[in-house]
Amino acid sequence: MRDSPAFARQFTSVSHRDESAELGMWVFIATEVLLFGGLLLAYFVYRHAYPQGFATGSRHTEIVIGTANTAILLTSSFLVAWAVEIFSAETRRLTAGLLAGAICLGLAFIVLKGIEYHGEYEEHLVPGIDFRFTGSLANGVQLFFIFYFIATAIHALHMIIGIGLLAVLALLCRNAPSTRHRAGLHSAALYWHFVDIVWIFLFALIYLPGRSIT
Amino acid sequence: MTERNYLTADYTLRSWFFTTDHKRIAILYFASLTMFFFIGGAAATAMRIELATPQADLVSDDIYNRLFTMHGIIMVWFFLIPSIPNTLGNFIVPLMIGARDLAFPRLNLLSWYVFMLGGSVTLFAILAGGIDTGWTFYTPFSTLYSNSYVMVAAAGVFIAGFSSILTGLNFIVTIHRLRAPGLTWYRLPLFIWSLYATSVILVLATPVLAITLVLIAVERFFGVGFFDPRIGGDPLLFQHLFWFYSHPAVYIMILPGMGVINELISCFSRKQVFGYKFVAWASLAIAALGFLVWGHHMFVTGQSLLASLVFSFMSFVVAVPSAIKVFNWTATLHKGSLRFDAPMLYALAFIGLFTIGGLTGLFLACLAFDVHATDTYFVVAHFHYIMVGGMVTAYFGGLHYWWPKITGRLYSEYWARAAAILIFLGFNLTFFPQFVLGAEGMPRRYHVYPPEFQVWNVLSSGGATILAAAYLLPLFYLGYSVFFGARAPANPWDAPGLEWQTSSPPPEHNFDVQPVVTRAPYQYSRKFEAQPQNA
Repeated sequence: MRDSPAFARQFTSVSHRDESAELGMWVFIATEVLLFGGLLLAYFVYRHAYPQGFATGSRHTEIVIGTANTAILLTSSFLVAWAVEIFSAETRRLTAGLLAGAICLGLAFIVLKGIEYHGEYEEHLVPGIDFRFTGSLANGVQLFFIFYFIATAIHALHMIIGIGLLAVLALLCRNAPSTRHRAGLHSAALYWHFVDIVWIFLFALIYLPGRSIT
Repeated sequence: MTERNYLTADYTLRSWFFTTDHKRIAILYFASLTMFFFIGGAAATAMRIELATPQADLVSDDIYNRLFTMHGIIMVWFFLIPSIPNTLGNFIVPLMIGARDLAFPRLNLLSWYVFMLGGSVTLFAILAGGIDTGWTFYTPFSTLYSNSYVMVAAAGVFIAGFSSILTGLNFIVTIHRLRAPGLTWYRLPLFIWSLYATSVILVLATPVLAITLVLIAVERFFGVGFFDPRIGGDPLLFQHLFWFYSHPAVYIMILPGMGVINELISCFSRKQVFGYKFVAWASLAIAALGFLVWGHHMFVTGQSLLASLVFSFMSFVVAVPSAIKVFNWTATLHKGSLRFDAPMLYALAFIGLFTIGGLTGLFLACLAFDVHATDTYFVVAHFHYIMVGGMVTAYFGGLHYWWPKITGRLYSEYWARAAAILIFLGFNLTFFPQFVLGAEGMPRRYHVYPPEFQVWNVLSSGGATILAAAYLLPLFYLGYSVFFGARAPANPWDAPGLEWQTSSPPPEHNFDVQPVVTRAPYQYSRKFEAQPQNA
């Protein structure tokens, strides 16, 4: 593989550059944790205040799609981890292929999410646009769906950014991989896994409450 | 004299607007922040003119609401938070640690563009008609009732937040990874420690503001949301989330100032900072404890008494590391060889003003007194002593101290001292009367008041006139020095830090030879001569 000896003047070596880039990504992930943290705090406050409403809201979500999406995202993370592991000049086609697979799974996730949104719109469960739910639990259910849409939309936005990152890296790895891209791939993979972990939290908080009661 | 340095390397506009040199980006920030400082100042001026008389004679109540909101938003997010980190920090951090640039120079440039985008959006909100929610965007007024440009202003602040995050991220990685050989953590100047602590807050607190503003925007746009009491939402949840960011942000607005003061006090006392490790860890302690005190903004909101007690106690605890710093600065002065150059005057002013601001903060941390003083001018006076008396004074002190390094020119010491003294006098005259007004019960954010308050308001407005003139002075003598000032030597103050061991202004890549650090910072000989860190 082409070695990329060029590193910016503030670094003393290639590894110095790459390790700094990785630290940068970890700091960025710390920021992201707090971004979702604020949202999760709001969720827990309202789930504590409206336990029945949240359980009912949760039972109105599509657990089949949610579970399928969890499996899809975990598989994509596996492919990305694999690509990081085998990245080298000889395996550039395989690396690009694995990333392409992860991208396809990411797109499948987004499409399924869209189908799920459509279903909720049909059932009049979209607060602020079309929300019809009567009874004493209506407020809790509405707060649940406000969280549902904001959290999944922000997560989907992160997915789209991640898909863009992986696409750029797949092209670079396929055409002219250099040692520089190893660090890029590593950082992008960290980001992708983070988005994956966020989804695991969201899956547990959105789809699972209230399921055992019915 | 045609020595090549970062200023003379290239003269094209392109070389400025597409630069990745941390020193040039610092200058870009400096120019932008100066503009925002005077825009925010103009709003304050209009308010002080209005408040000179008890009646409403200059503006309507609607306009007055927009004035104090604009003053708060501009000054907090577009001046104070980026002030020292993005100008002095951007310029000095790599020089101080012997690096050739920040870890991510392009990210640094991006952060400036993001900042300017956020600033432009906010200015648009102001020009289009303004915002009347106060800088705190309290719900449900901001989400359901206000007819002003809340969404646009919130978008501006949201965008500027990313600039803060990028800067914090860049500083953290830089300080971890790019220190010169031999520059261990305990050999770092305390300015670096304080900016490190600041960066941790920037990275961990700003995203909470971001998500909170998203929640506001969603609620305003869709007419229903998390803070909507009509569906059982809790407007107080907004205050919790907002202050979870904004109280740590208060420390973003003072820690860098404290960092500057260490450099000034040490250099102009010709002594090492007393209790270096205590001061270093005090910065991190403030950053950590600062996340646990937000509830003291909400003593009168009906939060549980237990919560109030805990937040009150924590607010006293967070004062301890601040007090450590004040005591250590004072001990540094003791038996030093004091020089009263302009930066030192600012540093001494800082210690006094910060102490008053800090102690009155303890008044407000007391539950009973806070109930009396909430939303009065006592609070206004308290935080202006910290933010203007503290941070802005430190900003000016640092600006004067590093001015010869940044521009390669010396300013008029006479005018600089005059401005420092005028700022100190004008500041106290402006804000001390507000403590009295607050204690007597005058609420903030009103433009009419009972006639018995007029004496103190006239004093305050009079002080503001002096303060405004004093803040304008540096524009002239510092501006003059850029073109006509004497050439500055590499180390005009005879200070030991690495930034003084390279030429003034520094070359494009900071150091011709990579410095190797062999000493702790702030070392002076018995004859008070600086012992450079890279002997």
